[in-house]
Amino acid sequence: MVAMVNIPETAAPGEIVEVKILISHPMETGFRTGADGKLVPRNIIHDFRCLYGGTEVFRAEIFPAIAANPFLGFFLRAVETAEVELLWTDETGEEHSERRTLTVG
Amino acid sequence: MMLRAALLTGALATVATAEERRTGYEMMSPDLRAMQDDEMSNPGMLWVAEGAALWDTPEGEAGLSCADCHGGAEQSMAGVAARYPAWDEDSGAPVDLAGRIGLCRTRHQNAGAWDRESRPLLALAAFVSRQSKGVPITPDSDPRLDPWRDTGRVLFETRMGQLNLACANCHDDHAGGHLAAATIPEAHPTGYPQYRLQWEEMGGLHRRFGNCMAGVRAEPFASGSPEYIALELFLMSRAAGLEMEAPAVRP
Repeated sequence: MVAMVNIPETAAPGEIVEVKILISHPMETGFRTGADGKLVPRNIIHDFRCLYGGTEVFRAEIFPAIAANPFLGFFLRAVETAEVELLWTDETGEEHSERRTLTVG
Repeated sequence: MMLRAALLTGALATVATAEERRTGYEMMSPDLRAMQDDEMSNPGMLWVAEGAALWDTPEGEAGLSCADCHGGAEQSMAGVAARYPAWDEDSGAPVDLAGRIGLCRTRHQNAGAWDRESRPLLALAAFVSRQSKGVPITPDSDPRLDPWRDTGRVLFETRMGQLNLACANCHDDHAGGHLAAATIPEAHPTGYPQYRLQWEEMGGLHRRFGNCMAGVRAEPFASGSPEYIALELFLMSRAAGLEMEAPAVRP
């Protein structure tokens, strides 16, 4: 699964940094019918989390109204040099993750 | 003499000059333009990233990747999308970029053909088109393409479907106006393959043609058909000089 992550590599202590991610995902709602007239099974990312140095700092519950290839952006306060881990789970139950190191100082 | 030359040019110019033409990008809202401009928020870049990986992946019985023959796409593919469709000697007909990638697969990689709207083909086409970002559209000067462009013009101006509308009725006569809530663009194919929010995915120019034809309740031609190639040739010559912007984002 392709995802594009944009987190600054470095930040000053206490600086507010923006975390942006664009995830390649069909976000199939489960309400649409296919060419055969049958419902296309739901397949959405329903849970998204961000860990900063192992601590959960952001969490989002996502519903079928979110369009395909979701873009998420949020802010963090840079306090220490640590790994920023973005994790998300879709209908397959498999957890995907992307990791970046944020260097503070 | 100069006046005469100017008059002659004026008579030959069949479309508005570059300054008067407006791409779909220029007609979009600032929000959508920002979405396209920021590589981090342009969903088309997901396909470009996939295409970049495919470029280096060996395929087929020949075990060749695109890079094995073409090298780095940044150099070898720069400006290529801005001059396609181009003449193919072996088939004696013009091919578009997706068609060329397909021919490379079957002729040189000995790999199975991809469907024209399949994800890997769109990804590779998006990656190749991206290398022409900012390059002005420069139609191939091969004279064998001219009859095809004429056919394309005829198609563009031929009324069709139950609504009996030609492409030109909207995209020439009413460009800038509205069809329900949608702005009617001038139909300059500067950013294909493009990400349409309506599709929620990447799509090629021929898929877009099919949308318009279904809209006027005509039977769409097949993707990659000679009719669509001819229409694409005409539209690219009509858009000559405008800058490439793939992967574009459109509503």
